[in-house]
Amino acid sequence: MYIDALINLSYLVGAVAFVWGLRLLSSPDSARRGNILAAIGMGIAIVATFIKPIAGGDNNYIWIIGGMILGAIVGWLAAKRIKMTAMPEMVSVFNGLGGACAVFLAIAELYKYYDGQMVLDASGRGIALFTLLIGGVAFTGSMLAFGKLAGKIKDKHVILPKHSIINIILLITVLVLAVLLVIQGKSSGFGTILIFLLISLVYGFSFVAPIGGADMPVVISLLNSFTGLSAAAAGLIYNNQIMLIGGILVGAAGTILTILMCQAMNRSLGNVIIGGFGSAGGSSSVDTGDQVVRQATPNDAAIQLFYANSVMFVPGYGLAVAQAQKVVKELDDMLEANGVDVKYAIHPVAGRMPGHMNVLLAEADVPYPKLLDLEDANSALPDTDAVVIVGANDVVNPAALDDPGSPIYGMPVLEVWKAKNTIVLKRSMSPGYAGIQNPLFFKENNRMLFGDAKDSLQKIVGEVKSM
Amino acid sequence: MENLLQFFNSQLIMIYLLIFTIILGFEVISKVPTVLHTPLMSGANAISGVVIIGAILLIRQAPADDFVTLGLGTVAVVLGMVNVVGGFAVTDRMLEMFKKKKKS
Repeated sequence: MYIDALINLSYLVGAVAFVWGLRLLSSPDSARRGNILAAIGMGIAIVATFIKPIAGGDNNYIWIIGGMILGAIVGWLAAKRIKMTAMPEMVSVFNGLGGACAVFLAIAELYKYYDGQMVLDASGRGIALFTLLIGGVAFTGSMLAFGKLAGKIKDKHVILPKHSIINIILLITVLVLAVLLVIQGKSSGFGTILIFLLISLVYGFSFVAPIGGADMPVVISLLNSFTGLSAAAAGLIYNNQIMLIGGILVGAAGTILTILMCQAMNRSLGNVIIGGFGSAGGSSSVDTGDQVVRQATPNDAAIQLFYANSVMFVPGYGLAVAQAQKVVKELDDMLEANGVDVKYAIHPVAGRMPGHMNVLLAEADVPYPKLLDLEDANSALPDTDAVVIVGANDVVNPAALDDPGSPIYGMPVLEVWKAKNTIVLKRSMSPGYAGIQNPLFFKENNRMLFGDAKDSLQKIVGEVKSM
Repeated sequence: MENLLQFFNSQLIMIYLLIFTIILGFEVISKVPTVLHTPLMSGANAISGVVIIGAILLIRQAPADDFVTLGLGTVAVVLGMVNVVGGFAVTDRMLEMFKKKKKS
């Protein structure tokens, strides 16, 4: 009696810690405490699960403790060693593991059912199959997303002709099979469950395959919400409230981020899932033939920045690739010391996951009040003397506003061309990830500085030093 | 249909919980600023590791000689634990860097 109340109270405290922790996570000053609070809630819930009295079973603590120690070591080492630029990959992997964990639970429960050890009614079977499907999709989807983010898998290698039709067929197959399995119960046999799992796994892979490049932040958010839903569904299997609450909160967080990312690109979720952002490029009618690109030397750039009153950096994925965040900060410090007002303009979908650029700049010790979001940046840009665009392209493309033929038409962008001068640090004139030409490069007040972003920035730093 | 109604009646509290948590989740999280999107995602990700509780229950309920369940459960515990520990640790590492500095 007392012990039951204690367990239930622990779960209640754990669930409140999750909610309150997420609440604290929504302000930069309290975010760290929020994360720690949620972690404590998780610890309490795990301990409670250890001592919870259960009927039958041999406890098998040694298996649990062994697994926990192994998992904790792997997770800890991965978290401590990962580079901040590789954060999207890491989050994808962790996310996929959460989905896989739910898959193993559902398989074990269904196995017990087919083996006759346990009774599962139709709704129970439905929930277990839902867990299997969504956890499986989250797992293979996240692993493919990881492969793409790490540059190990190129989009064109995994996209099949008529891919969206294949995906629809797979989805219908898996849903029909689920209905059959729920209706037929035990008579269909455990083998059918494995086929169901296999199709779910294939669907997860195939679902993420056509989504790439600039759409990565959307798909990562979406997979995150899937993992949450799979945890919540597993909570229904075990009739466990804290699993349900934790899972739903994650599902809500992932869904909100998905919506925000879609809004930031002015595209519907359906449009992102069908894909073809990159392949649709080229329909835009920008003729680059007779337009002139003006180049700048590092010296020109340094002079322009040094004598400016206000400078704004616009970081993009290129900054992460070149690992240039610390050099940007160095340049920032030198300019600030000379009385230049330095700010950063962060587009919501810059980088490969939501908030990617903020993390990189935080790593380089840039205080977050200097980071402006889309709206604030756009209202500050007309009064800015010089804008330095580091490895960003599509998020500063004026075609999004004035070229209805462009694939990114309608996407809110940073209106950098309204500033007095812009400098684009870029490797070459090749179009960005979305494969769209950028008319900004040909504007009269724009200068191009070709080369590796980090290299170019170091040269500018060198020039500023000698002034 | 009868099954569905029976499910609805027997699981009423869970269904209430489900719906109110969805509303609560949206309310709590919708105010997160852009700066914190990545930590929110990785923190939420760590919370989704709560599924490890199911894995612990699964193993505890199993007989000591049911190696199929023990095997599946232990793999689930390892995966869940990587998710939990890795997720919270990496979020903490990120948030440690988000410091407000006074202008000198």
